[in-house]
Amino acid sequence: MHIVVCVKQVPDSREIRIDAKTGTLIREGVPSIMNPYDLHGVEAALELREKYGGRVTVITMGPPMAEKVLKQAISLGADDAVLVTDRRFGGADTLATAYTLSEAIKKAAATWGPVDLVIAGKQTIDGDTGQVGPGIACRLGLEQLTYVERIVAVEGRRIRVERHLEDGLEVVETNLPALVTVLQEMNTVRRASLPGMLAGARYKPIVWTVQDFPDIDVSKIGLKGSPTIVARSWVPEVRKVNTTYVDSAAALWEALWKTDLPERLGWTAAEGE
Amino acid sequence: MELEYQGIMVWVEQRDGIAKPVSWQLIGQARRLAEKIGAEVFALVQGHQVEHLAQEAIYYGADRAYLVDHPVLKDYRTQPYSVSTLEVIRQVKPEIVLIGATYQGRDLAGAIATHLPTGLTADTTMLDVEPNPSRLLLASRPAFSEKLMATILCKKYKPQMATARPGIFEALPRDESRTGQILRVPFDMKEEEIATKVLQFYQDEERVNLEDAQVIVAGGRGIGGPEGFAVLKELADLLGGVVGASRPCVEQGWIKNTHQVGQTGKTVRPKLYIAVGISGAVQHTIGMTGSDVIVAINKDPNAPIFNVAHYGIVGDWQQVVPELIRVIKAGKPAVAGAGGAAK
Repeated sequence: MHIVVCVKQVPDSREIRIDAKTGTLIREGVPSIMNPYDLHGVEAALELREKYGGRVTVITMGPPMAEKVLKQAISLGADDAVLVTDRRFGGADTLATAYTLSEAIKKAAATWGPVDLVIAGKQTIDGDTGQVGPGIACRLGLEQLTYVERIVAVEGRRIRVERHLEDGLEVVETNLPALVTVLQEMNTVRRASLPGMLAGARYKPIVWTVQDFPDIDVSKIGLKGSPTIVARSWVPEVRKVNTTYVDSAAALWEALWKTDLPERLGWTAAEGE
Repeated sequence: MELEYQGIMVWVEQRDGIAKPVSWQLIGQARRLAEKIGAEVFALVQGHQVEHLAQEAIYYGADRAYLVDHPVLKDYRTQPYSVSTLEVIRQVKPEIVLIGATYQGRDLAGAIATHLPTGLTADTTMLDVEPNPSRLLLASRPAFSEKLMATILCKKYKPQMATARPGIFEALPRDESRTGQILRVPFDMKEEEIATKVLQFYQDEERVNLEDAQVIVAGGRGIGGPEGFAVLKELADLLGGVVGASRPCVEQGWIKNTHQVGQTGKTVRPKLYIAVGISGAVQHTIGMTGSDVIVAINKDPNAPIFNVAHYGIVGDWQQVVPELIRVIKAGKPAVAGAGGAAK
């Protein structure tokens, strides 16, 4: 089974601070990490390889420094890792990103054999869209299973998974090749072994630039291929309210009765004792 | 001049013939945008035996409901849903398409935006339109852990698409006197053509419908452990509400994540939100400041939760909450001099 995992290097959003005056990000000193959901995707791929055999290819699109997340994937046990990088890929929104990654997956298939499964995190923590996965599935004509909490089994050309939705758990089955986006609950990510860490540190990722894709439609990549633009950004204002302080539960209850809540919530006064 | 793309289409998400509240919330918002530019609101209803939802969509404010009713659409699956959605979009040519940012909604939106292709803005919390003639959708959403808001435009492609968070926009009151057209859209797909099969669905036994709750009593780290939630539950039950929680409580395993309010949980807008032992980190408050009346109970007078609270009690929740339960059980208090101003 050939599994491709799409990963992204993201700024650790917990560490991000915003310049309140300019409404822009302060990027200095913010660590770059592999998108946490993608890390669970790598783990899922490695577990599937252990169970069913095959190979795991990891792909990222990003600037040269993104090779760090590829080295991390290799240290965990991925077979090959590809950095798709070119200034012309830059400024891509989700539509252009999905196009570029789908071209890279085609190339991975041509290089290492047909792809049976593509895995991606449910979303990235910097974009939070969850749109790139479905975009890739759509471009490549793969069956699409999003928000997967567990891969139950792969039997022949069928894959069965559990999707965790807002209101419950759905067990779904589909054909391979498929694309799966995964939740953090899916697994516990292994720690790299010592040989793994060495392999990762020594690893030189395979680099593909626009030139490596002779058939790519350059009008569909990067900024040019992106229908959406960020028109403006601002720091959200914290809603200012005047807090009425009360000193007891009884006073609070009394205060609430003076609002329109009793009427709107249909509270009725209990009979006095 | 006749515009090629006109109208605002809202996807009506349903399971077993019951619509998700976000569908009506988005029809409400679409109505508000439509008034600004003189457009119509269309509902797209898909499923099996869901004609009643087309009628409901009109009661909630749609001018027209497109109904695709077919056995293969019984459960949500990407392929039949995206194929039929695309058919309707290509036929109707709406200028804006709004979809709830639920798991299924995001699954569908990502697929159809790629097929069309067009721009899609995910997880919006503010939706506006520029007036005529531009009619541009101003789709705004939080970014970087809610620290930044960004407005995203899609100028050159139609329709402009956005998914929108549940619980942010307000539905219009259901009004049976509203009239509109229901248009059945023929759809043909055979079950054998669909690779994906839904084998089973297990409803979460402990169903907490935070998004629809009128009253939420939420606990934070300050309540100290799972036992605290039993007390909050008693208060919530008395008020006809449900129990919410901040993320640390879920991470500690004190309560299931279905109760979580905030950035990585649910966005809620009940009429009354009582925050107990919640410090009020922005990751939490982003999910609850839409509540009509917020009460904070915290022993730390400097807790940021008081910045968003209409009523505050600085004190130990272990005294305040049981006392509140007693007071409520005793009935409405005699109106005395003290107390706060009405909102």
